[in-house]
Amino acid sequence: MSATIHLEYGLVLAAVIFVIGLAGLIARRSLVFMLLGVEVMLNAAGFAFIVAGAKWVRPEGQVMFIFLLAMAAAEVAVGLALILALFGMRKSLDDFSPDQEGG
Amino acid sequence: METVLAGAGAVAVAATALVFVQREAVHALLYLIVSLFALAVSMLALGAAFVAALEVIVYAGAIMVLFVFVVMMIGSRGPKVGFKAWIGPALLSCALLGLLAYAAIRGSPDPYLKSAVAEISPKAVGTALLGPYGLASEIAAFLLLSGLVSAYRIGHK
Repeated sequence: MSATIHLEYGLVLAAVIFVIGLAGLIARRSLVFMLLGVEVMLNAAGFAFIVAGAKWVRPEGQVMFIFLLAMAAAEVAVGLALILALFGMRKSLDDFSPDQEGG
Repeated sequence: METVLAGAGAVAVAATALVFVQREAVHALLYLIVSLFALAVSMLALGAAFVAALEVIVYAGAIMVLFVFVVMMIGSRGPKVGFKAWIGPALLSCALLGLLAYAAIRGSPDPYLKSAVAEISPKAVGTALLGPYGLASEIAAFLLLSGLVSAYRIGHK
């Protein structure tokens, strides 16, 4: 049955993209790139939901993806507003690490 | 549809990896949009046409536009999206277009590419979203509203 092949391949694909996003989040020191890494990880998790929904032919996977989309939109709005506020204070977003900031 | 899924997955992995090796944030955003498109094609190959459309419209169309706004606002040296920056994303997008054309030709009577997996229709998704998961939809609406209010509050100190 080809559905199991789809499930395994899709889950491996989601895991690979998640790990790429995590590596980018850890490796890059720019705040915009760190937020992009979070977005990639969220997207990979959503794709895993789609794969599972396709495997069991249930709409719940897509429903969860829609909730994840709403959460990503709210998170990006707040995150980018924080980035802009931080840019107004520091005039730079590069070489950012939380432990250097001193609160 | 294994070919389409495998090809779109390869494009997605390549585009996502190329996001984090760019120097300029605008170039990274171009590759991230291609990565979202590739994941949308993968979802289409898995029979999830509704969320594939949502991925393109909401994620690549709305959320990425927020990123582009912010990158343009904080980019002090001006945007540098020259001709060379478009070559890589354009090649990856052409590969995706080829995959879609291949799927459309191979499964010609069926526009939704559902030869190997069963398609879950938008009607089924909508019925589940507003039926058993109606309360969760309300909570998601609250979450969006709170995100809007807090973004406004942070932006207007």
